[in-house]
Amino acid sequence: MEWLQQLVNGISIGSIYALIALGYTMVYGIIKLINFAHGDIFMIGAFVGFYGLTHWHIGFIPSLLAAMIICSILGVVIERLAYKRLRNATRIAALITAIGMSLLIEYTTIFFRGAQPEAYPDDAVISKTFTIFGTQISSESIIILATTIILMVLLQFIVHKTKIGKAMRAVSHDMEAARLMGINVNNTISATFAIGSALAGAAGVVFGLYYTKIDPLMGIIPGVKAFIAAVLGGIGSIPGAMTGGMVLGIVETIVSAVGFSMWRDAAAFIILILILIFKPAGIFGKNTREKV
Amino acid sequence: MNNPLLKVENVGIQFGGLKAVQGFDMELFEGELVGLIGPNGAGKTTSFNMLTGVYKPTEGQITFDGKVTNKMSPHQVTKSGVSRTFQNIRLFKELTVLDNVKVANHSLANHSLMSSVLRLPAHFKGEAKMEQQSIEFLKIFELDKYKDELAKNLPYGMQRRLEIARALAAGPKLLLLDEPAAGMNPQETRALMDLIALIRKKFDLTILLIEHDMGLVMGICERIYVLDHGQLIASGTPEEIRSNKKVIEAYLGEEVTI
Amino acid sequence: MKISKPFWIYTMIAIIGYVIVQVMISSGQLDMYYSNLFITMAINVMLAVSLHLVIGITGQFSIGHAGFLAVGAYISAICTMQLQLPFIVGLIVGAVVAAIAGLIVGIPTLRLRGDYLAIATLGFAEIIRIIFLNWDYVGGAAGMQVMQQTTWTYAFFGMLITIIVISNFTRSRHGRACIAIREDEIAADAMGINITYYKVLAFAIGSLFAGLAGGLFSHNFFIIQPAQFGFLKSFDILIYVVLGGLGSLSGAVIAAVALTIISLYLQDFPETRMIIYSLVLILVMLYRPVGLMGTKEITDLFKRKRKGGDVHE
Repeated sequence: MEWLQQLVNGISIGSIYALIALGYTMVYGIIKLINFAHGDIFMIGAFVGFYGLTHWHIGFIPSLLAAMIICSILGVVIERLAYKRLRNATRIAALITAIGMSLLIEYTTIFFRGAQPEAYPDDAVISKTFTIFGTQISSESIIILATTIILMVLLQFIVHKTKIGKAMRAVSHDMEAARLMGINVNNTISATFAIGSALAGAAGVVFGLYYTKIDPLMGIIPGVKAFIAAVLGGIGSIPGAMTGGMVLGIVETIVSAVGFSMWRDAAAFIILILILIFKPAGIFGKNTREKV
Repeated sequence: MNNPLLKVENVGIQFGGLKAVQGFDMELFEGELVGLIGPNGAGKTTSFNMLTGVYKPTEGQITFDGKVTNKMSPHQVTKSGVSRTFQNIRLFKELTVLDNVKVANHSLANHSLMSSVLRLPAHFKGEAKMEQQSIEFLKIFELDKYKDELAKNLPYGMQRRLEIARALAAGPKLLLLDEPAAGMNPQETRALMDLIALIRKKFDLTILLIEHDMGLVMGICERIYVLDHGQLIASGTPEEIRSNKKVIEAYLGEEVTI
Repeated sequence: MKISKPFWIYTMIAIIGYVIVQVMISSGQLDMYYSNLFITMAINVMLAVSLHLVIGITGQFSIGHAGFLAVGAYISAICTMQLQLPFIVGLIVGAVVAAIAGLIVGIPTLRLRGDYLAIATLGFAEIIRIIFLNWDYVGGAAGMQVMQQTTWTYAFFGMLITIIVISNFTRSRHGRACIAIREDEIAADAMGINITYYKVLAFAIGSLFAGLAGGLFSHNFFIIQPAQFGFLKSFDILIYVVLGGLGSLSGAVIAAVALTIISLYLQDFPETRMIIYSLVLILVMLYRPVGLMGTKEITDLFKRKRKGGDVHE
């Protein structure tokens, strides 16, 4: 039952990637920007969750909600202050701004609280281990998976059943046409940032529960990996981000399990390069072609 | 008659499920000036993109000057002797007018990377030759006095002319012009027609042009191909095209008098 | 025709600058601290100029330049420390291996555009770093001992060669082909430019000089570790190019020199340094996206004054 165990671990970490990847994919789908700062919003979420649990003692669910709310505000502020002015700028300018924003969040955090790591408390949620078919499943794993599933169902509902979701789909399809149809494009983009950042915030909290250790630079690697997950699934596609995250999580766990744990991070980048070369549209993506 | 310079046989292309062009046949003979017309979205520019290697046709074969070109990349097609302009002007905006032409002249020079990096005599000789040739091309289009201006600062009509000068500098046997007179006033259009006639004679060119200005097409082209909905609906002399029922039908509703 | 006068004037000014600094170092007027500053400056200029060729001239947005720096640093250190080869041989081997790494990375990735290319180069740089991290022969995470051998003379001539080669390359038909690719890839292709060849070529030349800088870098410290060549190092180099002006060699040089000095004063406050860097990066993109110099060169200023004269540079 070793394999089943790895699968469970893979799904747990994969859910975290998937939650972050959703924000990347939604933002990219709508304004064609790799929001490098997204990984750092995830980090902020982890810290808000940490303070909620250890300083404010408000319990897991309120901490999770607090992280989501604060992160979505942060996401919208970043968008309004920086990215909004860059709608007509070159892709390189937008990308450089996003990189700058990422560094700014990281080092402002370090400036105010130092670079030292924090540890999530053990008693944040009921800690218990279940044994099913000989596989050890921790209650944290179940909570991660439950949180992810609930949020994804909620996201599907928002995107497909609500007015703002319809607006988001319209804007990502054709921004100009959506504007002409009377959709408030700026608000729609802000809403996208808000939702994506809230998901990243939630991912930060569940990451803290699962891995315990958090620090101000923790967002870089999961951030890049989540982007890889989004590309793997087909950037701009919501089911793609979920699938991509899960696949990446499982692949990484397998690479570690067969004894190459030092190469785990390289595996993600190798997947990225292979997918970019052989199927740049990803699993669920559509091929696009430049107009001549 | 001798072999055609360009032979297009049953060429088609599909984007996803959409057949943009299908069953396209065309033959161009050396020295001809031929027009390619059709309503908006008929597949004219798509055909140009296939002839120049930008798009790879999903079916059929294109032969230019005895070589099959439909699998080549654009720069290989250009080197084999086909060069083009773009409908929506694609100049190198931040380069000077002279440098725009020099870029196209690139493949005609042959001084090596080493000679340039080490500034060997071959570099200076090669660059001087490129400069001189490029200025010759600019003179034909009366652009030589603007040679040090940035391309983006030229007025619209001159940008169109610079694009043709640049295409010519690539040393083509076949020149493809995509709406060369778009956005020009009647005087400019007339001057352009004279210029096209001039370069055709001077460089022994074969020219295929897409144009919306029917006066221009009917006036200077010897033969015309008509595309509609991705299919060839007619070909022949201007007189034949003028009286062709299918063509009139295709254009019905458009503000064009044939 | 012969090599033009301005070329010799600039080279002479540079050599005079070199001699002054060298005399001051030999006579002890500049202590280790300052001579080290000059060496670091020269290395950073090499990194900036080599990345300028890739981003500013050819328009290929690579954000993994530190990967090639790492290759040059480690390979040259292996040559001198493990194989006991002379320093200069180590520098050359390091640069050549970095160029080969550039080819290996460039051939598959340069087909990608814009942000995909950025992410792929970042990924490759990480893979390179992880390889060194897992390679016990070079000390893994603990790092590798290197003898201090880089002198101001090595650093200066490394910088001079980098600038001359890249500026000569840029002002030739080959460089023009690269700029054409930056301006409009499709049009460049249609004008007969082999775009893959020139992208890969520019990338390999950029990697070559980053590798050369790497050799000087590793022999300027007593130890090198994979952690020195991470994301942040790539971003540092990127900032020089962006701030200087995408497409301006002199801009890249000025930015590298200025930021090296600023970094020195801020070295006790690394967070403040990064906050300032990132704010500057954001503000420049928002309010002057072309950077300090745009695509202009500082030498253009002199040229304009003598307009009408036959200036070929």
